[in-house]
Amino acid sequence: MNEYIKIFFIILQRDLTLVFRNKAEFINPLMFFVIVIILFPLAFGSDATLLKQLTSGIIWVTALLATVLSLETIFRTDFEDGSIEQLILARYPLTLMVSAKVTAHWIIFGLPLIFIAVLTGFILSLSSQTMFALFFTLLLSTPVLSLIGAITVALTIGLRGGMLLSLLILPLYMPVLIFSMLAVQNATAGQSISAEIYFLAGILVLALTLAPITTAAALRIRLS
Amino acid sequence: MNLYKALPLWFHKLGALKYFYEISHVISRWVSVICVICFITGLYGGLVLAPADYQQGDSFRIMYMHVPSAWMSLFIYMVMAISGGIGLIWRVKLAEIVARSSAPIGATFTFLALATGAIWGKPMWGTWWVWDARLTSELILLFLYLGYIALQSAFEDRRVAARAGAILALVGIVNIPIIHYSVEWWSTLHQGPTVSKLDKPSIHMSMLIPLLLMTLACKTFYVSSLLIRIRTEILEYECNSSWVKHLLGNNKNVSN
Repeated sequence: MNEYIKIFFIILQRDLTLVFRNKAEFINPLMFFVIVIILFPLAFGSDATLLKQLTSGIIWVTALLATVLSLETIFRTDFEDGSIEQLILARYPLTLMVSAKVTAHWIIFGLPLIFIAVLTGFILSLSSQTMFALFFTLLLSTPVLSLIGAITVALTIGLRGGMLLSLLILPLYMPVLIFSMLAVQNATAGQSISAEIYFLAGILVLALTLAPITTAAALRIRLS
Repeated sequence: MNLYKALPLWFHKLGALKYFYEISHVISRWVSVICVICFITGLYGGLVLAPADYQQGDSFRIMYMHVPSAWMSLFIYMVMAISGGIGLIWRVKLAEIVARSSAPIGATFTFLALATGAIWGKPMWGTWWVWDARLTSELILLFLYLGYIALQSAFEDRRVAARAGAILALVGIVNIPIIHYSVEWWSTLHQGPTVSKLDKPSIHMSMLIPLLLMTLACKTFYVSSLLIRIRTEILEYECNSSWVKHLLGNNKNVSN
């Protein structure tokens, strides 16, 4: 068991080191996120009441798009240089190593995304309750986005075209988006958001337990 | 031979593509006959014999196409996911073919359910479309089907495509209970179920029987069109084997 934990952290550390050596890969999706959000006030005009209604939805949808763009980095370089094959051949469970890679993706993309989202919320004059709901829904959902995304990335790895990836992935993201936006709307109206938060937490637990297994199976199929 | 031995043996034999190709021809023909009979009687019962609804008038009659196609959209997805899973675990070629042949039919039924629902919604709710839970989740189902089809066409190797698609279908199965219970979980514009309460259905017999006939018609239509697709797929799969070459005649140049 101890050995497994060690392997998990070794792979986590490896992925984080790789990303910090090549910062563009880590910064570009976050830059995309900020720039797309800034486009909306430019397009709609600076009407504060209109922006207040739209902002949380804009932030969420942009977060989904940025996630899709960032997802390829989970396995792409490893696929190109053949390290994925080495991981599959290794004597440790692939599920474990895949979860380490997904965790790394969440740390380098999901975590900064949450804070940037809250910051852009300030610029776009969100109320404090809405911001609070936005923060919590993103905190619970970004791991789910990384986990579910890893499955589809594993399925489409090496196939040409990121278009296919977004076609497969966005329908699977819709339930998460629906519950998060319900929570944000309830918070804006001053109502309790615990029901949606529990539901999102349930989705997170489900994804956390099943997604790494599925991702490992998908990788095996893709590289068989 | 006793039944305990004969039945599994027959089942294994069914998995052989050549045997399935031979018997499916007969099954397909009989199922299509049932389909046509049910379709005609169901439509006559629904459009002519059934009385008009006391609230919705005559426009409720679109239900005879809408409800069966909505059921079929869920049913076919389940068939696709389960047979995909069987193909994934036991590597049964036939199960893989069933999964990939089901997808276009399922997508069509989903589209039909959405389209008839929109036509129904215009006089009843005053709008073509509302963003309520059931409509949205049905739309997600359509995109799941389309994603599956897109994934199938992205691979060159059919067997890898089938297994990758099976994983996608199994992941998307999470959406099925959401669609099914959406009317009960969220109070939305879409009306609640009227048929599934078996002990005391809140629908009159003269309306129910045509609906069941139409359901049977849709189901048999699915089976017969699925068999046709499967037979074509089998020929493409096995185009290099001797029995297909013999079947098609040696003079024809089989590509692929």
